[in-house]
Amino acid sequence: MFNYTFQWRQALQKLPLLLDGALVTLQIALMSMAMGIVFAVILAVARNSRSTLVSAPATAWVEVSRNTPALFQIYMAHFGLGSFGIHLSPYIALLAGITFNNAGYLAETFRGALRAIPGTQLRAARSLGMPSLQAFRLVIMPQMFRIAFLPTTNQMVWAILMTSLGVTVGMNSDLAGVTQDINVRSFRTFEIFAIAAVIYYLIAKAVTLGARLMAARLFRY
Amino acid sequence: MIEIRNVYKSFGPLEVLKGVNLSVEKGEVVSVIGGSGSGKSTLLTCINGLEPINSGTILVDGVEVHAKTTDLNLLRRKIGIVFQQFNAFPHLTVLENVTLAPRKVLGMSKAAAEEIAVKQLTHVGLADKLSVYPGRLSGGQQQRMAIARALAMSPAYVLFDEVTSALDPQLVGEVLDTLKLLANEGMTMICVTHEMSFARDVSDRVAFFHKGVLAEIAPPDQFFSAPQHPETREFLSNIR
Ligand SMILES: Nc1ncnc2c1ncn2[C@@H]1O[C@H](COP(=O)(O)OP(=O)(O)O)[C@@H](O)[C@H]1O
Ligand SMILES: [Mg+2]
Repeated sequence: MFNYTFQWRQALQKLPLLLDGALVTLQIALMSMAMGIVFAVILAVARNSRSTLVSAPATAWVEVSRNTPALFQIYMAHFGLGSFGIHLSPYIALLAGITFNNAGYLAETFRGALRAIPGTQLRAARSLGMPSLQAFRLVIMPQMFRIAFLPTTNQMVWAILMTSLGVTVGMNSDLAGVTQDINVRSFRTFEIFAIAAVIYYLIAKAVTLGARLMAARLFRY
Repeated sequence: MIEIRNVYKSFGPLEVLKGVNLSVEKGEVVSVIGGSGSGKSTLLTCINGLEPINSGTILVDGVEVHAKTTDLNLLRRKIGIVFQQFNAFPHLTVLENVTLAPRKVLGMSKAAAEEIAVKQLTHVGLADKLSVYPGRLSGGQQQRMAIARALAMSPAYVLFDEVTSALDPQLVGEVLDTLKLLANEGMTMICVTHEMSFARDVSDRVAFFHKGVLAEIAPPDQFFSAPQHPETREFLSNIR
């Protein structure tokens, strides 16, 4: 029927390489989340601004990031900016693309969370003499993060999976890139991709589990 | 001293304050009564500058609240306000709720802020709830925590906005007792309230808010036994 013999041992010898790639994947995902969260907070607040000059660019960012393929966003960061003379390495382009995507999705999540916090919280904080930024940071933001925690975890998993799109801009050090490299040299396609998929799965599960533990520690109210 | 002079305030087409006048001396307790939706809360939030006004002036210790040059964050340190809905910060423990502003606004050390907070929380009867989150407290306890939070800033004035209205009847007493305690200690207070016995027993003066103005202001004896304005008489007869 088919003349493909599985050679798991040969494929498993590549495991150290794959794990190195997994580390790069995790690194990119974490950095893209950290930066994405910072941008998302700014975007969420900016979208609520009464000044169109502030809200319009934020809305544009959110709209584009949520309604175009993530692949295109990474492509644009690499080749698109390249046509303007801004040359980003595959690593940076991938990081930028995913950060852009994360920020857009999380901005909407955060905006929803902000709406769920009664306006009286801010008034109470301001009444105690806090400047608006301090009131936001100390009173509003912690509540926002709690409400948005689960969707943020989902985005983290999504960010890990999105890193695999890096191969399209020549990324070869992350898990997908390493997998692809080994594949073209060994042709053990099924075994290599299966092992890589298991690693993706385990990372994603570990993140979800870790987030749950973190939530239990962080949110005791 | 708080001086409210001819203050007008609108929300869009809705004129809520129509020339309010009131002076509150240091150490005085003034209760404000009046129908709901008449603008009592608005008046209080104008005093600490949370709401802008359309015209008139509000002076707190001679500082014009709504002047462009006024540092509202600085001014608010001496005007405590306690809201009807408690507004406990749910992500902070009782102790953290009370130490937050002394630490972050006044720049106190953690130890100094905690000393003050424990003192205030003991004062309102919450010494055994320091590490509890507000979600675990009853309404009355949350409201007393909110009072301690305002007092921890050592304000010169405290504004109370119907602080017992959101409470179950059996919890009203404990909060009113806290207010009485404060009044007896000489705190300067403006209390918007529906508790007539509180207004009568604790206030130096009672004011009736009606149609955007303080229609009548008088010492409690006179206010309740011989109100001058027909509107006051009608209001008082309706609530009895
Ligand atoms: N932020 C606001 N925007 C528009 N209208 C408001 C706002 N706050 C209060 N109002 C209106 O102003 C009037 C007075 O409100 P308020 O001061 O809360 O009354 P009270 O405290 O006496 O019950 C009400 O009709 C209320 O609907
Ligand atoms: Mg009110």
